[in-house]
Amino acid sequence: MQSHPLQALVSELHEPVHPTVVMSNHVHVYVSQAHKGELVMGAGVDSYNGYGQRGSFHVIERQMAAAIELFPVFARAHVLRTWGGIVDVTPDASPIIGRTPVENLYVNCGWGTGGFKATPAAGWTFAHTIATGEPHPLNAPFALERFTTGALIDEHGAAAVAH
Amino acid sequence: MLLITCPWCGPRNETEYHYGGQAHVPHPENPGELTDEQWAAYVFYRDNPKGPFAERWMHSIGCRRWFNVLRDTATHEVLTSYRLDEPRPGGNR
Repeated sequence: MQSHPLQALVSELHEPVHPTVVMSNHVHVYVSQAHKGELVMGAGVDSYNGYGQRGSFHVIERQMAAAIELFPVFARAHVLRTWGGIVDVTPDASPIIGRTPVENLYVNCGWGTGGFKATPAAGWTFAHTIATGEPHPLNAPFALERFTTGALIDEHGAAAVAH
Repeated sequence: MLLITCPWCGPRNETEYHYGGQAHVPHPENPGELTDEQWAAYVFYRDNPKGPFAERWMHSIGCRRWFNVLRDTATHEVLTSYRLDEPRPGGNR
């Protein structure tokens, strides 16, 4: 498990121009407009390990360039603030949900840059695992043992972006 | 933006480099005798310290050579850089 900074940014308030979330893996940025009017965007992690809750500026610069490639009108938007959160990334960028070699110790970790939409299913299958002592069929492939068997769930390759 | 000193080219911006993760991970001496668990430990299990961390970088748009950097992962301070055939400054941990 490696800890990386994941940076995001918001712009000043703007009139509603962007009614949905858009994510582009091709230029790699995701952007939505908050109800108040800020454009909220993010992209990939900084390449290096870090706990400093900040990243390097060129990563922010790259995600802004990607956003403007998608929506040239955003070029007029000024950045209000940026921040970096620390995300825990596994070797295949998929989470680990299941048992550990320690009896009665279970893990649900390694979500990296993902997880928000998967949380209900993760909680449900994790509860099943703890209650029965056996993984649910949905989270069985996400066991820690996959790094020994080699049956990885390669989100790095599937998404082709810097998780 | 990190300022990293390549042992051959001198101080350059981070954007000239490629990150290579933890340094000083020795290749198994007897690969044919390793169990799956030992292979997993070699391939996938790495340290993730908060503080000084010895890591590999490659000067990808410069001399394209790999070298090691000792960097503090909490403060982002680049403490020193050194060649692959040099030991980690200040001991192993």
